Amino acid sequence: MTETTTPQVSRTIDARGSFCPGPLMELIRGMKESEVGEVIAVLSTDKGSKTDIPKWVGKAGHNLIGVFVRDGYDEIIVEKVR
Amino acid sequence: MQRVVVLGGGVGGTLAANLIARKLKKPIAAGDASVTVVDVTGSHAYQPGYMYIAMGQERAENLVRPEGSLLDHNVNLVVGDVTRIDTAAQAVELASGERLPYQQLVIATGSRIVPEELANFDQEAQHFYSAEAAMKLRKALDAFTGGKIVIGIAGIPYKCPPAPLEVAFLVEAELRQRGLRDKTEITFLSPINRAFTIESVSEMATPIFEEKGIRLELLAGVGEIDAERKVVITDAFEEHPYDLLICVPPHRGAQVVVDSGLAPKSGWLPTDRHTLQVKTVAKPAPGQADADVPRYANVYALGDTTDLPLSKAGSTAHFEAPIVAERVAAAVLGREPEGKDASYTGRVMCFFEVGDGKGTLLKFDYDHPPKPPKPNQLWHLGKIVFNKTYWPTVPKGRV
Repeated sequence: MTETTTPQVSRTIDARGSFCPGPLMELIRGMKESEVGEVIAVLSTDKGSKTDIPKWVGKAGHNLIGVFVRDGYDEIIVEKVR
Repeated sequence: MQRVVVLGGGVGGTLAANLIARKLKKPIAAGDASVTVVDVTGSHAYQPGYMYIAMGQERAENLVRPEGSLLDHNVNLVVGDVTRIDTAAQAVELASGERLPYQQLVIATGSRIVPEELANFDQEAQHFYSAEAAMKLRKALDAFTGGKIVIGIAGIPYKCPPAPLEVAFLVEAELRQRGLRDKTEITFLSPINRAFTIESVSEMATPIFEEKGIRLELLAGVGEIDAERKVVITDAFEEHPYDLLICVPPHRGAQVVVDSGLAPKSGWLPTDRHTLQVKTVAKPAPGQADADVPRYANVYALGDTTDLPLSKAGSTAHFEAPIVAERVAAAVLGREPEGKDASYTGRVMCFFEVGDGKGTLLKFDYDHPPKPPKPNQLWHLGKIVFNKTYWPTVPKGRV
C-alpha cells in the first residue's frame, strides 16, 4: 500500500510490546477520546492486530486508511467517522 | 536491620510474606530482619468464591478471614492505607502519618473495580466482583422469569478472565433447570475477536456457546449503557437490549502506585516477566530494548498489580509468590537467587466451569499455551475441593 494519500495523523498510539488484545483496546480507548475526523495511528508488534483492528474498524463504521508494515512492527491508520 | 515490607494482604502479599518469613527465620529470630504486611482492611477475602454466591452455592461469611490468622507468627501486620511509596527514600507512608522504611519492598496491591467509570453501571448492571454485588445478582436471578439476558465486559484487563464465560454457562444451566430457558435469550458480548483471549481456550469454549444456544457476539465490548431504553451499546455502536444485564465492571490497579509515579494511569505496574522486579518506566525509550530498561533492585510486584500479559487471578499470584520470596530472601541473606524459584516462567493453573457439574483445567506458562481437556465432572469437583481447602493451604504456602 502506498502512503501518498495518507492524511495527517493527529494522534499516535504506541502499543508496541503489548499483546493481543492490548493494541485493539488501546485504539478503542483512543477513539473515545478523539473527535470525529481525527486520524489515529496504532503501532503494534502483535500479529493479531493486522486482522483484529481492521475488523473492529469495519464493524464500528470508522474508516481504515491503511495497514503499513514498518521496521519490526505494523502501523494501522484509522479515521474516526462517528 | 533488614526490613521487608509487603503491601497488600491478598493471595500474593500473604503468601509472599509467609514464604519470606520462613526463609528468614534465623535472621528474624536474631533481630536482624523483619517482615511486615500492610493491608488496608486487615481481612483477607477469597474472591473466586464470589461467583458461587451469585450462583447460590456459597455464603459471603465463608469467604473472609482476619489477615492476622493467615500470617506466619514471624510476620507483623499493620492495618493502614498506604498513601505513598517513596523509592528514593526507601519508605512507604500511611494515611495515619506512619512511615515504614524498607530495604526490600513487595507490592501486591491488586486490582480494583471502578464501575463509576461507566455511566449507569451501578443502577443497571449486575456483577459478581464483590460479595455484596454477587448477593444482589443472586436476588436478580431469583426474580428473573424470562426475557433477554446480556453478559458483557466493560474493559480489559479484568479479574479472572474465564469468570464471565463461566457465569454465562452456569446461568444457562440454572435457567434450564428452572424451566425458564425457553423464555430466555442469552447473549454474550466478547470485547475481542474471539470468545476468549487465549486462542486454545477460545477454541474449547466457542462450541459450548453453540451447544447451549448462547449467542456469541465478537468485537462487542460494553461501551455505554442506555438506562432509559435498557440497551447496551458496544464499542462498535451495536445495540443489545436487555432485561437483565450482567457486566464485568472496568478495572484499574491501585491508585497509590499511580500517585507514587510507579505506574501509568491504568495502575498496572510495569514488571519484569521473570524476576518480577518493578521497572523504572512503563515503556522503553525509542530504540531501547525492554531488557535495557532499569529495574528497581529491591522493589517487586506480583498478582493483579503487574502489567504482565497473564490472567489477573489468585493462581497467578500463587505461582509468582515463591519467586518473589526467593529473590527477596536471597537479597537479605546476601546470596544469589537459586533453584527453580529464581525465575518466574509465567506459570498459571486454574479451573474453568462450563455448567451442568462439569469443568476443565487451564494450565499454561509464557511458552506453553493451555490445552484444556474436554470438560468433565472431575475438574468441576477439583474446583469445589480447591475452594473448600483454600484457607489452610494456599495463603500458608502448603501447596
